[in-house]
Amino acid sequence: MLPLWLAGKVFRAQARGPSKRIDLLSSTVSGTPPAHPEGEIKRRDFLFLAAGALTVVGAATAAWPFIDQMNPDKQTIALGVPIDVDVSGIEAGQQIIVAWRDRPVFILHRTPENLKTLKEPQVVNDLRDPDSKQMQQPPYAANWHRSINPDYLVVVGICTHLGCIPHLTKAGAAELGASWQGGYFCPCHGSKYDLSARVFEGVPAPLNLPVPPYHFVDPKTVRIGANPKGSNWSFNAIEQI
Amino acid sequence: MAVETNNKLVKWIEYRLPVFSFYRHFLVEYPAPKNLSYWWNFGSLAGFMLVVQIVTGIVLAMHYSPSATLAFSSVQGIMRDVNYGWLLRYIHATGASMFFMVVYIHLFRGLYYGSYKRPREILWFMGVIILLLMMATAFFGYTLPWGQMSFWGATVITSLFSAIPVVGHAITSWLWGGYAIGAPTLNRFYALHYLLPFVIVAAVALHLWALHQHGSNNPLGIDVKGPQDTLPFHPYYTVKDLFGITIFLIFFCYWIFFDPGALLNPDNSIMANALNTPPHIEPEWYFLPFYAILRSVPNKLIGVMLLGLSVCVLFLLPWLDTSPVRSGKFRPIFKQFFWIFVIDCVILGYIGHLPPIGPAKFYGRIAAIYYFLFFFVILPFVGWFERPKPMPESISQAVLDKKAKRAGTEKA
Ligand code: HEM
Ligand code: FES
Repeated sequence: MLPLWLAGKVFRAQARGPSKRIDLLSSTVSGTPPAHPEGEIKRRDFLFLAAGALTVVGAATAAWPFIDQMNPDKQTIALGVPIDVDVSGIEAGQQIIVAWRDRPVFILHRTPENLKTLKEPQVVNDLRDPDSKQMQQPPYAANWHRSINPDYLVVVGICTHLGCIPHLTKAGAAELGASWQGGYFCPCHGSKYDLSARVFEGVPAPLNLPVPPYHFVDPKTVRIGANPKGSNWSFNAIEQI
Repeated sequence: MAVETNNKLVKWIEYRLPVFSFYRHFLVEYPAPKNLSYWWNFGSLAGFMLVVQIVTGIVLAMHYSPSATLAFSSVQGIMRDVNYGWLLRYIHATGASMFFMVVYIHLFRGLYYGSYKRPREILWFMGVIILLLMMATAFFGYTLPWGQMSFWGATVITSLFSAIPVVGHAITSWLWGGYAIGAPTLNRFYALHYLLPFVIVAAVALHLWALHQHGSNNPLGIDVKGPQDTLPFHPYYTVKDLFGITIFLIFFCYWIFFDPGALLNPDNSIMANALNTPPHIEPEWYFLPFYAILRSVPNKLIGVMLLGLSVCVLFLLPWLDTSPVRSGKFRPIFKQFFWIFVIDCVILGYIGHLPPIGPAKFYGRIAAIYYFLFFFVILPFVGWFERPKPMPESISQAVLDKKAKRAGTEKA
């Protein structure tokens, strides 16, 4: 589009009358000064611009393979299939980290006390997006606990700031002060998230941690990377990893 | 500037490709201001470091494997098994630090003496482009050993692009060639790390071409008025530059032989692990001030934009500084703000190194604000109201005055 737009602009400028710069150009091309009267468009000018525009489009087309080769290749994409994880061994209050698509996925078994903090005004009022309005989770996890079964939080453990892995940090951890109710703390630039991986205000991370598509195959097994029946939500729809 | 010689071979070549007169013109006769101080040594030192990095880099490449499974162990192999491999790697790894140190001093020199002012704007631009290329090269190089810092540094820096609205996500996955930093990323970074230093060589050639168009600036910042103000480059400045390189090599060797670890990060001796971020990640010292600016902003997009602006503002410098006087010597007010700025950059660097909690965050914000105030407020305004000190008529006059003064005090 850009080359065409440019060509059109130059073309109209010419139609308005010979400006100095374009005269210079066409005289070097033709060798004879084009003494066309005001307002007249020469066939050569048209050919010159049309050929120029086509060259630009052609060059852009030829460049595409050189750019696209850097995108994820077929093998990499093929390895991004769903994985099954047995969650029955995770004690309440514990978390495991599994790798899905080269990224860490947190599976946190939340205790009833953990779940209580998610509704505490002291926590909720400090969150950027307490109601999960931003598209950082599938519709079936857009609730107060950001999960399918409130006992298990499943999120991609990549800080939405610049990609470090936040640490699960228990309530009362010394470096985060007495009011800390437990959640995730990112060591890189200090972003904080609650126990639903909702981001706090005043930190550099802009968004909640993303929830991947997942469902329970049976009460013990989570399948990460595949939606529950009836949903065709795409992980690419999230705002940002 | 014909070459005077009777040597048939030289004449034969010169007639077809005038390399000898080119060499004479640029390195022998080239008239340089006679009052250049040691601050003018850092250009040749930077050129020397570029050569050192390229030579050591090419030999390291003979032993290095750019694959995610082998990279880490091949670097360990360089350290333990390859003959003198430890030396080559230490020269290259600490050399990157030396290169940045030299270039930063070179840059602050230009800032103090107004070397970016008319007619040297393009010379200055080429310098900033070289700095940007160096940053990219050093960043790519730092991922190659594939240690924990390599991996997480690369993750943080490439994720800067995810701040771009709408297309950010597509750009990062294009940069990575996968869902995250991984084997494809390492391969392409290696290809680029090999390429960019040669692009730097080309940029340096343009930098020198622009330099030779109007000649060096000098500590007085006034124009050369005639041959009485200059000296031929050879032998005066060739010898001075070689002397500078000798002293610099002593300093450089201290780091290579006695304390290479001070410039490397111990976390990088642990192999990259995509499932574990080290408790404290930080970039190499030469990126710390910019990193501190990034961290002092609690908004991702604005933080990334200010990070970019903090380097790119250097392109605007010729227009932000409104004073017609080049040298800081004659600018009593600018001079003070300049030194505060230097200290500010050091403070930013120190804060970039601290963990991102507590009072460091507050001081980081103040230092970041001064950084931008200096460029966008202080430089334009000081130029308007400052009254410069009287300047000498010419370079040779200033040199003679100084001599006369010294002779006077000796007599007394
Ligand atoms: C502008 C010049 C250059 C700079 C600033 C630079 C910088 C760096 C840095 C910072 C590292 C990481 C060192 C470490 O922690 O181990 C590195 C590694 C490496 N560089 Fe360069 N480099 C430059 C030129 C080159 C060139 C021309 C080559 C030629 C192929 C090269 C090949 C390598 C290799 C193979 C490694 C990995 C081995 C190692 O880590 O020591 N470099 N470079
Ligand atoms: S990457 Fe987590 S705070 Fe920056």
